[in-house]
Amino acid sequence: MTVLNVNGQQHRIDVDPRTPLLYVLRNELKLNAAKFGCGLGQCGACTVLVDHEPVFSCILPISVLEGRYIRTVEGLGSEGRPGPVQSAFIEEQAAQCGYCIPGMMMRAQGLLEHNASPSDAQIRDAMAPNLCRCGTQMRILRAVRRAAKAMMADAGTIQETAK
Amino acid sequence: MVWRVLLTVVVVIGSAFGAFYAWAWNSEIPPTNAPATLFDPGIVAKGAQLAAVGNCGICHTQAGAKPYAGGFPVQTPFGTIYGTNITPDPDTGIGSWSETAFRRALHEGVDRTGNHLYPAFPYDHFTHATDSDIGALYAFLMTREPVAKANRAPAVPFPLNVRLFAAGWKLLFLHKGQIPPDASKSAEWNRGAYLAESLGHCGACHTPRNVLGGEKRDGQFAGGQSEGWLAPALNAASPAPVSWTAEQVYAYLRNGFAKQHGLAAGPMQPVVRNLKKASDADLRAIATYVASFAGLQNDADREQETQKALDFARSRDSKVPMPPSGAITTSTRADAKPGRTNNDSAAPSGAVIFVGACASCHHSGGELPVSRPIELGLSTPVNAPDPAALLRIVLDGIHPSSGERGPIMPGFSRALTDPQITALVSHVRSQFSRQPAWPNIAAALTKVRQNKEPATEAP
Repeated sequence: MTVLNVNGQQHRIDVDPRTPLLYVLRNELKLNAAKFGCGLGQCGACTVLVDHEPVFSCILPISVLEGRYIRTVEGLGSEGRPGPVQSAFIEEQAAQCGYCIPGMMMRAQGLLEHNASPSDAQIRDAMAPNLCRCGTQMRILRAVRRAAKAMMADAGTIQETAK
Repeated sequence: MVWRVLLTVVVVIGSAFGAFYAWAWNSEIPPTNAPATLFDPGIVAKGAQLAAVGNCGICHTQAGAKPYAGGFPVQTPFGTIYGTNITPDPDTGIGSWSETAFRRALHEGVDRTGNHLYPAFPYDHFTHATDSDIGALYAFLMTREPVAKANRAPAVPFPLNVRLFAAGWKLLFLHKGQIPPDASKSAEWNRGAYLAESLGHCGACHTPRNVLGGEKRDGQFAGGQSEGWLAPALNAASPAPVSWTAEQVYAYLRNGFAKQHGLAAGPMQPVVRNLKKASDADLRAIATYVASFAGLQNDADREQETQKALDFARSRDSKVPMPPSGAITTSTRADAKPGRTNNDSAAPSGAVIFVGACASCHHSGGELPVSRPIELGLSTPVNAPDPAALLRIVLDGIHPSSGERGPIMPGFSRALTDPQITALVSHVRSQFSRQPAWPNIAAALTKVRQNKEPATEAP
């Protein structure tokens, strides 16, 4: 029995502890945002956050994840109330086929949690592990910049309210 | 009487220092204007190949900046020294250097104005280069794009920042002169010896250094350090389970990959990238020379050892349990817990982590779409005397240089915790190597995590 904390909820999972997280997210927990791309940790479609760090869920056995905080796109917001990264990707129409986008969003989220106003070079560097086959990279970069601004503005609003 | 003794001591020390200073003093070579001669394109092309063998571009180019304009941080135990601008810019580069001044820098480690250079610039090797090769290098560099980029002062603490110290170092470790040919060896071997020992400066990383930073003359190719990586021994002490052949060394230098050894990683990766421009004949010569240091020289012995190593590697590989294929194993299945650790222990075993995190690529019998990793049993880092190189690869992965194609492995520095990485690396060692277990992987991991790759920081 493995206990996983996904998007703030505890799940008791009874599968082989060697199983990569991606299969558990999709097949057991029905959280289908993270995608299977290469299964080798080379394309980034399966990217999720573990303890605020972007990781490839296709090559991470669930046995190493007990007591750690896993987040997927489902944890960033809902269809009715998208989070700032999701909103930015929608507004910039960053998706073409969309397959890479959940991984892109999680990697962007991880970046912005560490660095609220990254430079273009830092964004490119951080996003480099995630591949997009359609060629929407320029829109993805714009979306990350937009998300950074939105999150800064939100933080500003919260500070204003707190005063 | 006491005074006379003291006076004598003072005079002796004074004269010794005076003699040393006179010996160490170098005159300025007057600046030249832009070279009057037009360089012969054939000589320039030869210089380009020699610059590739010498890997000049690595230390004299900062990441993301123009080639040969300097700024790369060379980290030494004595401080950080920044590669200088060797473009023909007259003010910040070597545009005002005559060929004589350039030759003196390579042969004697002295810049145009007469300053001693730090031995991070491996003139203890370049001193063996022929005048004509240095002339070709000069022609190559003088025909590069001039870049105005000021040199960055070395970050070396007192008293080592007194350049006269470099003169003392030379007294001990600079052995000038040509490498005498060995008549008992082939012409190719001798060519390789010349290239490897002079411009190639293989020993700068692969030969251990003494406390003063000089290469140990009795330990040629016995293995050293470079930028926090292990530069493996190239002689009989090599940790590679398969004794290197000239053909394998050639493949490794030419393509960055040898089937029975693996790929060039760490600081060797840019070396191979640079060697792309070196000629085939020169690479074969270097390979012939380097392989002549390998442990087994007899073909029959080597084949036997190679077969043993391969058999072992493959037998261990096939024992790795495969990850569940396709559908997930659920609790309703009877065989749900084949790889389960005892008592639901909180710390998963290295074997469990290996199957979930590594086996999708590192198992035998499966071809990957792009490349096939070697059997881990043949890997040099897995068989090395200490775990630093393997830890570095597990943490950072393997990545082709920006814009280049090449094998890739994701890093696990953030995905796995330190105890998990320790368990994993311990398992890999015991599963895939016939060498004894590493005693303190956790401590080595802490050290490797602290020793980050040199940052590509702006000056």
